[in-house]
Amino acid sequence: MAAQPIVPFRTYVLVFVALLVLVALTTGAAFIDLGPFNTVVALGIAFIKMMLVLLFFMHLLHSNKLTHVTAVAAAFWLLLLIGLVFADYTSRGWIPDPAPWSSSAPPTHP
Amino acid sequence: MSTATTVAPEPRAATPLNYLNVEYGWRSWLFTKDHKRIALLYLISITFYFFIGGAFAVLMRIHLIDPQGALVQPETYNKLFTMHGIIMIFFFLIPSIPSVLGNFLVPLMIGARDLAFPRLNLLSWYIYMLGGAFTMYSVIHGGVDTGWTFYTPYSSTYANSQVIPAALGIFITGFSSILTGLNFIVTIHKMRAPGMTWFRMPLFLWSMYATSIIFVLGTPVLAIALFLLFLERVFQVGIFTPALGGDPLLFQHLFWFYSHPAVYIMILPAMGVISEIVPCFSRKRIFGYKVIGFSSVAIAVLSFLVWGHHMFVTGQSIYTGLVFSALSFMVAIPSAIKVFNWTATLYKGSISYDAPMLYALGFIGLFTMGGLTGLFLASLSTDVQLNGTYFIVAHFHYIMVGGAVMGYLGGMHYWWPKISGRLYPEIWARLAAAIIFVGFNLTFFPQFMLGYLGMPRRYAFYPAEFQFLNVMSSAGASILGVGYLIPLIYFAWSMRYGPIAGPNPWGATGLEWQTPSPPPKDNFEQPPAVADEAYDYAHQEVGLV
Ligand SMILES: [Cu+2]
Repeated sequence: MAAQPIVPFRTYVLVFVALLVLVALTTGAAFIDLGPFNTVVALGIAFIKMMLVLLFFMHLLHSNKLTHVTAVAAAFWLLLLIGLVFADYTSRGWIPDPAPWSSSAPPTHP
Repeated sequence: MSTATTVAPEPRAATPLNYLNVEYGWRSWLFTKDHKRIALLYLISITFYFFIGGAFAVLMRIHLIDPQGALVQPETYNKLFTMHGIIMIFFFLIPSIPSVLGNFLVPLMIGARDLAFPRLNLLSWYIYMLGGAFTMYSVIHGGVDTGWTFYTPYSSTYANSQVIPAALGIFITGFSSILTGLNFIVTIHKMRAPGMTWFRMPLFLWSMYATSIIFVLGTPVLAIALFLLFLERVFQVGIFTPALGGDPLLFQHLFWFYSHPAVYIMILPAMGVISEIVPCFSRKRIFGYKVIGFSSVAIAVLSFLVWGHHMFVTGQSIYTGLVFSALSFMVAIPSAIKVFNWTATLYKGSISYDAPMLYALGFIGLFTMGGLTGLFLASLSTDVQLNGTYFIVAHFHYIMVGGAVMGYLGGMHYWWPKISGRLYPEIWARLAAAIIFVGFNLTFFPQFMLGYLGMPRRYAFYPAEFQFLNVMSSAGASILGVGYLIPLIYFAWSMRYGPIAGPNPWGATGLEWQTPSPPPKDNFEQPPAVADEAYDYAHQEVGLV
């Protein structure tokens, strides 16, 4: 195990303060009506918070490549899950309703 | 590193000290941190669940002898197939090879004294038992009738059985899988003996590594799905119920994101076992080592991209269905690569038909049938006809029983001399393998035909013209049941009366065969070193035994 560089205590305090500021920002942004951008802003801030936790609290900044791969793999798998599920939801309406039968029989639909 | 006391040659006269006789008493088992003892704890537990799950199957097959149902009420029948599925999948098949053979063999095969986290390993067994207790509670208090898949709204709006305790049991057991996977990944990365490079590892370890990836990345999603189900039931949070603003298909997405890869949790370890048995009993190095190793990892990754093939007819978008269909076909490629490579290993080998090899050959044939019929179901058009029929039941039993259970039994026979230090009776073992093969095919081949003719699964009644095939299937199941009881009896017998096996009864390569049987508590008397590739059968002395 390679010795990890000692991160000064001050850094942790600063990251903690930054996280608190971002929490306040998320809460504040929720009160301003930005239309669809409310979600974008909230997710953007959440992403920054996540990166701060990963890089500093979880030591990814000073970890080896294998740890990086592991972390990225977890994010990639989450992306697969969310991506393919939403592929279903967004494309469900793309199929037009079938045209009714032209014969005299009444159209049946299950 | 505890004190490495050299076991001096004083007590050699009697049986040498090994992991079984080094300590006695229930505490030495229930508080053990020895991976080999934990493997045996798992072996006893999963055998218990195997026969409970099997009993439910027996009741179902008796019921289906008569078109009107011979035995139970329809509500009870629903519970029988649900409990059979839940117990067999979550409490037998998923832990079977990883937690028993994997636990026992991973440290031995890489030349380590134990897994990386022995306490975590013991904890995973306790978690498994706790989850099992919750599920058994639900069985005793009336059972579950949703099917093992817990589909909403059966499990939400219309739930009328013990859904919550059963789901909680599975939720808890999932953490034992996660811990086992984590333990294997760290152990394989960090604890390999000097000279044991990645490409010298036995292929069983590659398959364990690939399985562990699925354990760690997939199981949390199952936990999330069951937890959301719980949240909705208890706190009325709208997630799956349309009336509350939810979407029932979301449950299927989350459930199959784990449960399709779970099929590979069951089959990948069995493939690893076959990759050990086939070269040993062909006396040849394995054909295409690297391709087999990487195909395990490819299967693990691709298995996460195909879950939508369970939802072709449930209202999923047709475009997503197209993508999932194409991706499902792709998983066939690495699976076929393995089958071809095992077959090529057999080519011009000097093959012997010992019991493990009989199971391995059975696996190759039955897995191929199960895999190819999977392609019928991965095609959008044929799936409309076959989905929800006995064709599906037959298909996944060819994979899970014909594949995973055959692999597990092959592995148990192959490593039993190492685990117990004793030989089982070879004649009985070959006979049992033959009985299981015949019984299995008689049980499940008629179900392919039934499904193709249109008999739906999960029905307590059926039209009279399907009776002949159903009776065939029930007859096969009784043969299969006898086939499973025979190994249970002779394994138990051999622990006391079996001939002493010696360190390497098969003349096999691999570090686990270079230590006494049963292995000493710390696995190796001297730290092993590796200088050769795995499966170096070509350069082995002939007639070693
Ligand atoms: Cu699937």
